[in-house]
Amino acid sequence: MAGTVTLGQALNRALRDALAADDSVVVYGEDVGPLGGVFRVTDGLTAEFGEERCFDSPLAEAGIVGTAVGMAMYGLRPVVEMQFDAFSYPAFEQVVSHVAKMRNRTRGRLELPMVIRIPYGGGIGAVEHHADSSEAYWAHTPGLRVVTPATPSDGYSMLREAVDSPDPVVFLEPKRRYWTKEEAVLPVRTAPMDRAVVRRSGDDVTLLAYGPMVETALEAAAAAAEEGTSVEVVDLRSLSPFDDATAAASVRRTGRAVVVHEASGFAGYGAEVAARLTEQCFHYLEAPVLRVCGLDVPYPPPVLEEHHLPSVDRILDAFDRLQWERTWTAAPAPAEVGA
Amino acid sequence: MKRSDDARGSAPPLPSVEPVGLVDPTGRRTEGAAYDTPEPGALLALLRGMVIGRRFDRQASALARQGRLAVYPSSRGQEACQVGGALALADRDWLFPTYRDCVSLVARGVDPVEVLTLLRGDWHSGYDPRRHRCAPQCTPLATSAPHAVGLAWAARRAGEDAAALVMMGDGATSEGDAHEAFNFAAVWKAPVVFLVQNNQWAISVPVDKQSAAPTLAHKAVGYGMAGVHIDGNDAAAVYAAVSQALEAARDGGGPTLIEARTYRLDPHTNSDDPGRYRDDAERARWEERDPLARLEALLRAEGALDDAAMDGFEKEAEITAAAVRERYSGDDETAPEDLFAHVYHSIPAQLERQRRDLLAEIGEG
Ligand SMILES: Cc1ncc(C[n+]2csc(CCOP(=O)(O)OP(=O)(O)O)c2C)c(N)n1
Ligand SMILES: [Mg+2]
Repeated sequence: MAGTVTLGQALNRALRDALAADDSVVVYGEDVGPLGGVFRVTDGLTAEFGEERCFDSPLAEAGIVGTAVGMAMYGLRPVVEMQFDAFSYPAFEQVVSHVAKMRNRTRGRLELPMVIRIPYGGGIGAVEHHADSSEAYWAHTPGLRVVTPATPSDGYSMLREAVDSPDPVVFLEPKRRYWTKEEAVLPVRTAPMDRAVVRRSGDDVTLLAYGPMVETALEAAAAAAEEGTSVEVVDLRSLSPFDDATAAASVRRTGRAVVVHEASGFAGYGAEVAARLTEQCFHYLEAPVLRVCGLDVPYPPPVLEEHHLPSVDRILDAFDRLQWERTWTAAPAPAEVGA
Repeated sequence: MKRSDDARGSAPPLPSVEPVGLVDPTGRRTEGAAYDTPEPGALLALLRGMVIGRRFDRQASALARQGRLAVYPSSRGQEACQVGGALALADRDWLFPTYRDCVSLVARGVDPVEVLTLLRGDWHSGYDPRRHRCAPQCTPLATSAPHAVGLAWAARRAGEDAAALVMMGDGATSEGDAHEAFNFAAVWKAPVVFLVQNNQWAISVPVDKQSAAPTLAHKAVGYGMAGVHIDGNDAAAVYAAVSQALEAARDGGGPTLIEARTYRLDPHTNSDDPGRYRDDAERARWEERDPLARLEALLRAEGALDDAAMDGFEKEAEITAAAVRERYSGDDETAPEDLFAHVYHSIPAQLERQRRDLLAEIGEG
């Protein structure tokens, strides 16, 4: 498959190839069968692989994740879908108390190779409970791998890797980017899913983003370039574990960092990023690490969501606040970058 | 407390596998009906509510198609449940509606424009829940059912003679919260009635993939609660069954689970594509079981309705639709500051800073 592919199509292809490659993979959830999922990510899978491999379950998220735990205990690789971010919350208990802990509780004797796919984030004009960014809840829970692709190629590659992972993976799909297109050849393997990647090189500021905000970050970098600021964009990809090496190497080089996400800033994922960068790059930093985040309010109704979501302008505004007047020397290049 | 055989009480009777009704699809009274037929005045009120509700629903669907609502989940085909349920309530009772139940809210007397606030995307809920005794419409399935149980328990504790009616879909009965609510209500003998609109589909999933029980009403039995299975396209039956259950609940008889068998004639919402999962012939069959036509036929045959009265209902319906259109011609009035106004009782300093920054950013500060 070569040509223009959307993120949704790339994810669909990844599931198809995973089902074909490994008979122990099963896909289920709400409306993932004949409908193909409300975002069509499972389109055609039931027709191709049959009801045994891709099917609609009763409408109950705790039950969906809980039964997946049992299937994984037995040796299957279930891939379950939570229809929308906020509708994963009934499964919170199962994820936090069981999915995340089984390996540790049993000293590694039981592992749970399973994937929980969750479309997340806002920007699609949807009514309440359809636009949450729940990543901080999952990332705060040790034992889960939490990853989020930003491009179709990464969507394909990371989902394939997630299905093959011996650890449970919360796979966050930026729903406003399902229709993002890319010229791609599938199947494809991109960087390992636990690594961050540099999406655009630059010298003056490191802009760290993930999932839905990567595209916005790239737009902001392009706009900043016109104003003479060279921005390096790091796509974090893996929210947990965190790729300290890639992020810190970039920040040590540029000396300034801004992290952006849709979720509310308070106790949000960006706080962890800022803290780690401060700890690891303190002597290289020319300014505090800044965050550009959603407001500390419940996700707004559609008519107000533009005021909530980080925009190019807000990112540019953060760049302006990076204490440029105080720059005295370029930071020396470290002999070795790494954690 | 040791449990004697006596304390188990009598098991509630099993619900009927065939839905019970008062009026058959052709508009004739059924033989040996399980409930007393409501008075003609009540039947006329049901028809009026359904005529207005259907027109409102058509208007809302049109607005959604024009992109003037963010989304609209239609009630078409389910008017008997929504109007029958709402009109069975006394003013002092509470209604716990879902996203699907706009017509129910209109029948309850909530301003239609305020009903659509959620779906237009202006705010998460537009009406005053206390004034109308209607909880905000609930989207996370079954999650408001425990709220109804708690509220009803509290009302009884306060000596108030009020009950709560919870609306939910067939799909929602699979959620854990539904089962916890059923159990709490039964154990506490809370004055609650659960009205399950079994419209046969949860988006693309048919009810036979949702439950292996003979009917959804059978779920009541295991909780020690009464379960009844009624024809949800028979407004008289819905009204009678809900009224009777509410009365029993208020009298300390405990909760009832009512399954009303009906059908979602339209797509799940305007952005759904039912061609992917259901046969249009099925929908066509259900069009023939139209709840409005059935009640109209009965009332006309029995001389309780003439053209003038029917015209009157239709005129009211047009006025309702026109008012919605008219009031939607202007811009919405949601202000950006509203984002901060109601997060807490008063705005904390950290939020106040964000408020000021936003107002400065958009040139209003
Ligand atoms: C907890 C939760 N999970 C998933 C959804 C997404 N969702 C919205 S409506 C719906 C189907 C509900 O079916 P049913 O309960 O039968 O009600 P109907 O829409 O048919 O009125 C689903 C899965 C949700 N709103 N809440
Ligand atoms: Mg349904």
